[in-house]
Amino acid sequence: MRLINRRPGGVGLFASAAIPFALALVLYVVASSIRLAENPDDKLLPDLSTIGAAIERVAFEPDKRTGDYIFWTDTGASLARLATGVFLAAFLGLAVGVPNGLVPWFGAFWSPAIRALSMIPPLAILPILFIVFGVGELAKVMLILLGTAPFLMRDIEQRVRELPREQLIKAQTLDATSWQVALRVVFPQVLPRLIDGVRLSLGSAWLFLIAAEAIASTDGLGYRIFLVRRYLAMDVILPYVAWITFLAFLFDFGLRRLNRRYFPWYGA
Amino acid sequence: MVRCVAVIEIHNVWKRYLDKTVLEKVSLSVEKNEFVTIVGASGCGKTTFLRMLLGEVEPCEGTIRIDGAPLIPEPGADRGVVFQRYSVFPHLTVLENVMMALELSDSRWLGRTFGRRRARNVQRAREMLKRVSLEHASDNYPSELSGGMQQRLALAQTLVKAPRILLLDEPFGALDPGYRSDMHALLLDLFQELDLTVFMITHDITEGFSLGSRLLVFDKPRVDPHNPDLYGATVTFDLPVGHHRRLDSIVDNMNVKPSHA
Repeated sequence: MRLINRRPGGVGLFASAAIPFALALVLYVVASSIRLAENPDDKLLPDLSTIGAAIERVAFEPDKRTGDYIFWTDTGASLARLATGVFLAAFLGLAVGVPNGLVPWFGAFWSPAIRALSMIPPLAILPILFIVFGVGELAKVMLILLGTAPFLMRDIEQRVRELPREQLIKAQTLDATSWQVALRVVFPQVLPRLIDGVRLSLGSAWLFLIAAEAIASTDGLGYRIFLVRRYLAMDVILPYVAWITFLAFLFDFGLRRLNRRYFPWYGA
Repeated sequence: MVRCVAVIEIHNVWKRYLDKTVLEKVSLSVEKNEFVTIVGASGCGKTTFLRMLLGEVEPCEGTIRIDGAPLIPEPGADRGVVFQRYSVFPHLTVLENVMMALELSDSRWLGRTFGRRRARNVQRAREMLKRVSLEHASDNYPSELSGGMQQRLALAQTLVKAPRILLLDEPFGALDPGYRSDMHALLLDLFQELDLTVFMITHDITEGFSLGSRLLVFDKPRVDPHNPDLYGATVTFDLPVGHHRRLDSIVDNMNVKPSHA
């Protein structure tokens, strides 16, 4: 049988997906033990038990100073910022992208401005955000919003333009007004595409979140990582990074499931 | 002969784009209940002509009148349309596709109906689906249907609105030949039942002869070999056709065998 026709089955699929992870773990343990054998005080590659102890300390024991379980308060604070920013960006993406793609005059007015806006590197204006919105929650949410909303607006605009012209004509021959075309033809078809857009922009949303937290914050996953960096506390940084990766994976997976569950016609 | 009123009057219509003339001096008068089939080579302005009737494209010169009133240059509910593809909404089930046609007029803001009105619309939609033999597929999405079923759905969705004029742009072009004759029978039934005036573009010249009551051939009467886009196409033949007419002489001239000679 040709190589291109051989497909992994259920077990094969699971095993091939798991092997790289297992390999990375083994590699880490070996490298860690080699370094620790040379210098028991090495902090760069702590062994698994040290990492386990650090996780227990931050996640399951109250902090001595504040009484918080810092791992969970960090997670809560970060997710609240991320969710607010991404949710607002998705809303703006729809509210601006749909009329931009559907109403020629609206698009003529807003499209070029948004294209220009999306070229501004959000991190370059982070200082401006801190000056304008203060160092509180608002500036962090604004950074995520500014980083992801222009992409979503332009993406949705493009998706609207991609709808076959025939559909819009057909709706008009069924007596639809512009509003009805937007509400019943365009909006429902753009929703799953918006969710795909959000999935793509989550990566940059995390980037902006962590950047904002690293610079001015008192809690959050990004704040913690940059805080303990000073003590070279790899035993905290590594589980935090793994946790962020896991959360990002979970959101991506959840959104994909959401799309399949509620928009069965999408992608068919 | 019964005196008929012209539903559509087209007078000296031209369509030019920057460096290209698509249609030139098209004049035509079509009466109620005519079934006009349109044939012609690719790029001969058939679709442009249909899109003008639809209101999607505006003529550069000339006038199109429907019932004596100038055509408003945008699509409207008096002219139904079925395209070769993309005529149904992929995000709605078969029933919802037909329902939407009714709901859009019933509810101007939500485009949805509820309660008793909805029940009435469901019933009307189901009757229409039965008419095109799709009642068993009510809850399927269009992507789960065959090409022919999708076109039947598109017809049902359009005709449930009872348009006066039905515009068809190669509606059966993508279907198997065997399937096509079923669709012809269905279309002719609906045509007679619903008091329509039909314009249908087709690539299949047999279809053009057998299905309609009048056949238009679009072609370029003048061609400049150095600049083929200089002159546009127009109606070069305007023939009465159909089962009731004598076709033999025309057919002999055109060297085509219609299925109902």
